[in-house]
Amino acid sequence: MAENSTRPAVPPLFAVGDRVRIRNAHPPGHVRTPYYCRGHIGVVERLCGAFPNPEELAYNRSGLPALPLYRVRFLSRELWPDYSGRPNDVVEVETFQHWLESAE
Amino acid sequence: MNKPVDRADTLGYYRRMQAAVEELLILRGVMTQGELDRQVTDMDARTYKRGAQVVARAWVDPAYKARLLADPRTATAELGIDIGPTHLIVVEDTPKVHNVIVCTLCSCYPRMLLGVPPHWYKSREYRSRVVREPRAVLAEFGTALPADVDIRVHDSTADMRYMVLPLRPAGTEHVGEAALAELVTRDSLIGVGLPNAS
Amino acid sequence: MDDPGHRNHDLGGRPAGRCARDEHEYEAWEKRVDALMMVLWTRANAITVDELRRYIEELGPAAYDEYSYYERWMHGITQALLQRGLISVEDLGKKMAEIEAREHG
Repeated sequence: MAENSTRPAVPPLFAVGDRVRIRNAHPPGHVRTPYYCRGHIGVVERLCGAFPNPEELAYNRSGLPALPLYRVRFLSRELWPDYSGRPNDVVEVETFQHWLESAE
Repeated sequence: MNKPVDRADTLGYYRRMQAAVEELLILRGVMTQGELDRQVTDMDARTYKRGAQVVARAWVDPAYKARLLADPRTATAELGIDIGPTHLIVVEDTPKVHNVIVCTLCSCYPRMLLGVPPHWYKSREYRSRVVREPRAVLAEFGTALPADVDIRVHDSTADMRYMVLPLRPAGTEHVGEAALAELVTRDSLIGVGLPNAS
Repeated sequence: MDDPGHRNHDLGGRPAGRCARDEHEYEAWEKRVDALMMVLWTRANAITVDELRRYIEELGPAAYDEYSYYERWMHGITQALLQRGLISVEDLGKKMAEIEAREHG
């Protein structure tokens, strides 16, 4: 549970500031990428580290190698067509690397 | 302290399951009664006051605030607070940006720091709406932000946990650290409320 | 009919009513469910929170809405323990019946 830098991990592909798209996939299973951000483009706000894949942990598997976990920042007005707040309001979502594609 | 009581009406199916599972696991040696009892007491002792203590220190000590934002685990430990394995991120309110925390998928919350989350945090209504209409939700909590403040909603979807570092209330320059901690509300650490003014 | 690819627990952005500022005290058994999960996960390393969440997510929309938060947790904890073989269906059934008899005895 505590971060273990000695466990196997996939190297990070993305850097802070990179534009990324969340894969527009809707599989069953234990998914921690919310529906509302799938298919949308955001910007990497930070790399949080590498963590075991919860999709695997949910099925009693190790979730290793650990996957890079990013916080991705989305403009709220791009997530919701009817958004009535301010233009620079954002939603930031922790997203595992395998859900991200480059949108540069 | 109020001793929580069970509803007197029924021994519900899941309450019976809880009692049964607990007994079976203790019999099998997976855990002890003492471990469970200690966990209940430990959790009761963790309240938002721990977060308030951290906020007050950050308000009076800019160097502490910098350490808190850079390495929350070490900074909270400086105050004698052990957040265990929690990967904590402290998000700082500014005069132009207000932070709000949610877990849309379940109820992730910095429990080791702040204790159990309030019921409304886990509700369908909060989890559904705060990412989409944060100001309307804040208004339902009696909170109105200035017109030129942007909102940053953090969805706690994976291993990180969040606490808001709210703005220090205006006119508190001469208020001491302990009194400042008293102004910090639990709702202000989640972002649906603001600290008390005095 | 909702898109089955949009899971019922995945609530972000869904239409919903006003937030009720519910602050009621937890019941004793609910605190023990919470403690049970924490001990199983963090001390006994017996089950993970990911398994708990998965079993709760699989409850389906009706049960997800009708059961209370800790009823859902108890469901998830028990499924995880059964899957891992830390308790058996037979033992659980007998113990639950025993507890019911104790309450009524």
